[in-house]
Amino acid sequence: MARAVSPRRKTLTTLAAWSVAFIIFFPVLWMILTSFKTEASAVASPPELLGADWTLENYAEVWQRSDYPRFFWNSVVISLGSTLLGLAVAIPAAWAMAFVPGKRTKDLLMWMLSTKMMPAVAVMIPLYLLFLKLGLIDTRFGLVIALMLMNLPIIVWMLYTYFREIPGEILEAARMDGAGLVKEILYVLTPMALPGIASTLLLNVILAWNEAFWTIILTTTKAAPLSAFIASFSAPQGLFYAKLSAASTMAIAPILILGWFSQKQLVRGLTFGAVK
Amino acid sequence: MNISLRALLGATVSFTLAGAALAETTITVATVNNGDMIRMQGLMDDFYAKHPDIKVEWVTLEENVLRQNVTTDIATGGGQYDVLTIGTYEVPIWGKQGWLTSLNDLPAEYDVDDLLPAIRGGLTVDGNLYAAPFYGESSMVMYRKDLMEAAGLTMPDAPTWADIEKAAAAMTNRDADINGVCLRGKAGWGENMAFLTAMSNSFGARWFDENWNPQFDQPEWKATLDFYLNLMNNYGPAGASNNGFNENLTLFNQGKCGMWIDATVAASFVTGKDSTVADKVGFALAPDNGLGKRGNWLWAWSLAIPSSSDAPDAAKTFVNWATSKGYLELVASKEGWANVPPGTRTSLYENPEYQKVPFAKMTLDSINSADPNAPTVKPVPYVGVQFVAIPEFQGLGTTVGEIFSAALAGQKTADEALAEAQTAVADEMKAAGYIQ
Amino acid sequence: MSTQSSRLAARVMVAPSVVLLFIWMAVPLAMTLYYSFRLYRLLSPDRTGWVGFTNYLWFFNSPDFWLALWNTLALVGGVLIITVMLGILIALLIDQPVKGQGMLRILVIAPFFVMPPVAASIWENLFMHPQNGLLAAVARGFGAQPILFLEEYPLLSVIGIVSWEWLPFATLILLTSLQSLSSEQLEAAEMDGASALNRLRHIILPHMTRAITVVILIQTIFLLGIFGEIFTTTQGGPGSASTTLPYMIFKQAIAAKDIGRAAAGGIIAVILANIVAYFLMRGIGRHLDA
Repeated sequence: MARAVSPRRKTLTTLAAWSVAFIIFFPVLWMILTSFKTEASAVASPPELLGADWTLENYAEVWQRSDYPRFFWNSVVISLGSTLLGLAVAIPAAWAMAFVPGKRTKDLLMWMLSTKMMPAVAVMIPLYLLFLKLGLIDTRFGLVIALMLMNLPIIVWMLYTYFREIPGEILEAARMDGAGLVKEILYVLTPMALPGIASTLLLNVILAWNEAFWTIILTTTKAAPLSAFIASFSAPQGLFYAKLSAASTMAIAPILILGWFSQKQLVRGLTFGAVK
Repeated sequence: MNISLRALLGATVSFTLAGAALAETTITVATVNNGDMIRMQGLMDDFYAKHPDIKVEWVTLEENVLRQNVTTDIATGGGQYDVLTIGTYEVPIWGKQGWLTSLNDLPAEYDVDDLLPAIRGGLTVDGNLYAAPFYGESSMVMYRKDLMEAAGLTMPDAPTWADIEKAAAAMTNRDADINGVCLRGKAGWGENMAFLTAMSNSFGARWFDENWNPQFDQPEWKATLDFYLNLMNNYGPAGASNNGFNENLTLFNQGKCGMWIDATVAASFVTGKDSTVADKVGFALAPDNGLGKRGNWLWAWSLAIPSSSDAPDAAKTFVNWATSKGYLELVASKEGWANVPPGTRTSLYENPEYQKVPFAKMTLDSINSADPNAPTVKPVPYVGVQFVAIPEFQGLGTTVGEIFSAALAGQKTADEALAEAQTAVADEMKAAGYIQ
Repeated sequence: MSTQSSRLAARVMVAPSVVLLFIWMAVPLAMTLYYSFRLYRLLSPDRTGWVGFTNYLWFFNSPDFWLALWNTLALVGGVLIITVMLGILIALLIDQPVKGQGMLRILVIAPFFVMPPVAASIWENLFMHPQNGLLAAVARGFGAQPILFLEEYPLLSVIGIVSWEWLPFATLILLTSLQSLSSEQLEAAEMDGASALNRLRHIILPHMTRAITVVILIQTIFLLGIFGEIFTTTQGGPGSASTTLPYMIFKQAIAAKDIGRAAAGGIIAVILANIVAYFLMRGIGRHLDA
């Protein structure tokens, strides 16, 4: 809702908005700054800023100490794979619920969300045993399946709210023209729904990227993603905040850059389509 | 589908060493992310030169996550790992369960008799060595020589708790932000309970009597907790109930602690490059009360081979290499004697080169003064100095740790805390079938 | 509009999701139910057997249980209140025409990218630590005693950290909702002489109801299961001051390795979540239809 405002007011609100954004962002900024300090400087009290001991040593050490590219690639495969698979299953479902809603659609949606109610730690051993029996431990395939199912309710919810914004008349018109179901999906709906699907994809990639419980329990070496990489830098004996900050910065950098380039879709994604 | 997908994806990433046509055995080694273990990962060229047919895959995790993953794996027979890094707490329990492969058949040049007796004893069950120690540690007093001197005091090599209290009172200077003593307060069986259990040994206390009855209602525990709370409230840092090893290390390195009683491994940190007090640190044995037991613990990160490993021979080869005398020499030649993993072999402490390391002697003396098989003044049915080597201890230690941490935070009195601990432990021991 | 055949097609399209999610829910739930009546400790595999409701009774008899239940609700409620209130305010603010809106948004959502264990660790050590933390340094700069966040206000501190993690999520949903509000409507109200407060109350907030509902529903489901941040920062303490139900389960599963108790706790948590969800749907569910 862009409205004309006086320049003075714009300056004031700009100032206020930036201050708020800065406060929210500050911990992340501080983490990034810490990643460039020596360990001693990172915990110095009072905290050092200008006089800090700046260094790239942490990044060099983190890089040298672990196989970052492998963790990174696993994260990419797992988060993209689980999201794409999730979309493939969720798009038809969300669509059907949005355009052919029944009496129970809302209950069904709520039930889907309720599958996320079991605390992860409580099912840790049962699920681990299940994965063990199926030979899925430490496979990217296993993690893709697990994360897909974990995020499927969210994907369905997002797509559902998004699809509902597409006017039903367009579909009617297409049907009048004699378009079959497949054609209706391919040529009419998909193009209109594309921005929503893109946003859903992005949000779920982030959720999968940040998943740090199952990804560590269910992997050892071959399929371990960046969450396991982080766990190798937190809380050893000795000072570690600078190195942990460097590792974390390396873990969030790809997703931050992705977010930067696709901000618009991301903003839509984070809002479950356009919420009216 | 699954296999081909893995093969396809795997081919693009993990085979950076393509062309190695040798029949390789790959072993997966789970390690904790401490400095000595990380250093080993950088020295693997030596191992590969000697054993080109073995490839080692590392899983490096922080202690809590590592323990959670390897315990899940071994208890469910997951078989994901070939070598595990575990401590002196796990080895007796897992060995008894038959989950670990005996290492009695290590070659003669390994010289198993060279292992420090206290450490070796803690890793042996019914005559079987179930894990090879990679590094061992005890705990000791680290103190500021300059502050002691300014206070006109000297720290005996073997101080009593009364000496500690006197020194703490003399060194505390709130205006200069100097706390007389920093001790662990963070709740956890491996955090405050490691310290407090070891400390209680020197006060004549014990977790259980010979019939597994909890002893927190006994005067020895009351004396322990009273002394600890009094020391920390008067001379300790603010917010101490959240301080563990790393928090106290930071405080000590910044010059905010007069004394710190903690793991011997800390000695290399407080005299290292991140410390502002590196040249002012003195060492002493952990304190006692003249009852014949000191308040120091014993721990060894050790390498063990799970029974579920499908490559036990390659795993044994690796364990042999990593804990051998040769490995110590390798580290010394590349990084200096001060960086050698300490606390495992007698020969290391007989080496004149190593004797030059300032904290070498105190570390050895500390380790030798701890006896996991007779940890307390009164008799006990358990093994372990700062822990009780029964499966239930991790849960018990966590519970009691929380209660004592709350007492340190001022939420409970010592008496309330002890009464609560007694009830909680008694309930659990009943549920576990130790007592009626 | 929906014919017989399209309804059939709809069923076929929904089926894969429902079937998959049903298996994903039912199998672990059945296993958890089974274990909740068993004695099963990872480290004592020899002692097993049926124990009836013993595992459940352990929770009900635990001195921490009711406190943990209360803490769980307080954590969820606290975070919801903070994120929704602040989310609305921030959304209103950055919805104004300001310079560099794109960059602003990235800054505001950045916390969402930080992995939860890292976020908790950063807050604990670099901000809240009473000696080395930035907040302590600020307090000393003003000549005040540093606040002992994790010792004196453990639950509030955890609520603060979790709110920081989830604020971006709430803000963005609310922001987009605001952006879809037609400016004509607002301008008309402005011309009619409606004050800013009245416009907020009668036009803006009603417009955002559905967005707020979505925020509350999704966040509640996620927040009801939180334990990682507690483990990293307060270990549920001091004592049990910041212990929640998921954290109690975490301790049984990870520290005590008592799978039976953890399973019983899981079932209790599912029941709790369903009760909460029931009241939520009764209270605000109707806004979803809008």
